[in-house]
Amino acid sequence: MTTNDTNTKKSIRQKHILDLDELNRSDIELIFENTDSMMEVLNRGIRKVPALRGKTIITLFYESSTRTRVSFEQAGKILSADVINVSSDGSSSKKGESLYNTALTLQAMKADAIVIRHQHSGAACFLAQQMDSTSIINAGDGMHAHPTQSLLDLYTIKKNLGTISSKKVVIVGDLLYSRVARSNLWGLTTMGANIVLCGPNTLLPQDFLDSRIHETNHPFREIQIEENIDTALKDADVVMALRLQSERQKAGHLPSLREYSRRFGITSERLKIAKPDAIVMHPGPMNEGVEIESDAAHGPQSVIESQVTTGVAIRMAILYDLITGNHSEKEL
Amino acid sequence: MSVKKIQTDVQMKRALARISHEILERNSGAKNLILVGMHSRGVPLAFRIRDLISSYEGQAVDVGSLDIGLYRDDISDKPQATMKPTDIPVDINGRIVVLVDDVLYTGRSIRAAMDAINDLGRPSQIQLAVLIDRGHRELPIRADFVGKNVPTSKEEDVAVKLTEVDGLDEVVISSPTT
Repeated sequence: MTTNDTNTKKSIRQKHILDLDELNRSDIELIFENTDSMMEVLNRGIRKVPALRGKTIITLFYESSTRTRVSFEQAGKILSADVINVSSDGSSSKKGESLYNTALTLQAMKADAIVIRHQHSGAACFLAQQMDSTSIINAGDGMHAHPTQSLLDLYTIKKNLGTISSKKVVIVGDLLYSRVARSNLWGLTTMGANIVLCGPNTLLPQDFLDSRIHETNHPFREIQIEENIDTALKDADVVMALRLQSERQKAGHLPSLREYSRRFGITSERLKIAKPDAIVMHPGPMNEGVEIESDAAHGPQSVIESQVTTGVAIRMAILYDLITGNHSEKEL
Repeated sequence: MSVKKIQTDVQMKRALARISHEILERNSGAKNLILVGMHSRGVPLAFRIRDLISSYEGQAVDVGSLDIGLYRDDISDKPQATMKPTDIPVDINGRIVVLVDDVLYTGRSIRAAMDAINDLGRPSQIQLAVLIDRGHRELPIRADFVGKNVPTSKEEDVAVKLTEVDGLDEVVISSPTT
């Protein structure tokens, strides 16, 4: 290797991954490039590389999760890191230990990265402020952000459509409570997509959308809102359904799930309004029959299953970048 | 900073022609060979050697590319290079793998490359072809095929430039003027 390679050595600017508003286009493209390499490793017969040997990753989950936690664990293990899973049940948080003290304990045990999911918005950001050496990765905090899901969504769009820029992306469903949608608004905006939001009025984040009116340079000024799904889906390149949590109906946001399904559910019939090669995405877990019909979820346009595989590669790329990157001069 | 050209485009062409012949001589032909270029400049070099061998022997030779980012031993010391995907289109079990790189220096990249190759299969042999050997090995590794041996000091920097990447073919050595 020649020493003039130094100018090509780079890592993203952040030590932590908290939300996508902190990543610019070149950061995201760098993660995508590394994800390409990780996909190659994932497709091998023997899925193991020594990149993070001797490094420790702790997943700290205060909310239930299958795919996010398992994909982080899988990603860490393929890179040869030691992965330790801590869940709120069975940890000291049951005895009343605060998040702050739990995190300091884990840092003192020399964790290189902590992957945290927490029911409160801002939990990951709070932890990042307390850490000296450990990288924090937000795996979902309240209704605030879920950056790794968004990155895998962006990567999926790029791989299927060639580019994200100028593509019409329709996000349908519970936009008020969806942290996936919020992170995707940042990510899709950064990558230059045309975003259309569609959902019942009661599940649109009104205050957030209203703030755009008064600011001419608001990053989300181009986002369109459309209440009629058939209008929203016209010429769409990407249809992204969000999970409708049944608690929303109990809380009075919706008259009934059946009505929601009829007005906003993604069906194969409705997909005909979108472009013929449009892709259907869902962050999971799905409520088939509510926000998406089975024929659309498992049809030829669906990339939902490949999103899960991509999720492992994206998380490998992120773990690799945060743990091996030289972020010392670029901290928050 | 003083810069000196140590190989011209014509000299590079001749060196690659000789390396290609030596690879054929050593392995009694092109049968069973796969050339694996190491990112980034080893890859175009591997393709050039492939084209030369194909023109001498009249038979196609497999070529692949290898990224060693995930196998380096100095990962924590400095920011990593952007990775390029490893792409080895054929089964390497039982084949003769010829690793191709631009500059052989400490030998650590080659160590990493051999680890990477071993994860992909068990070749019958691994051989090494480099355009420039600049010395200063830190591991017991040597090249089988060398374009040019260049004595250097550690302060100097050897840069191989290739048309495919840099727009011209040359090798320059630059040293800090103190």
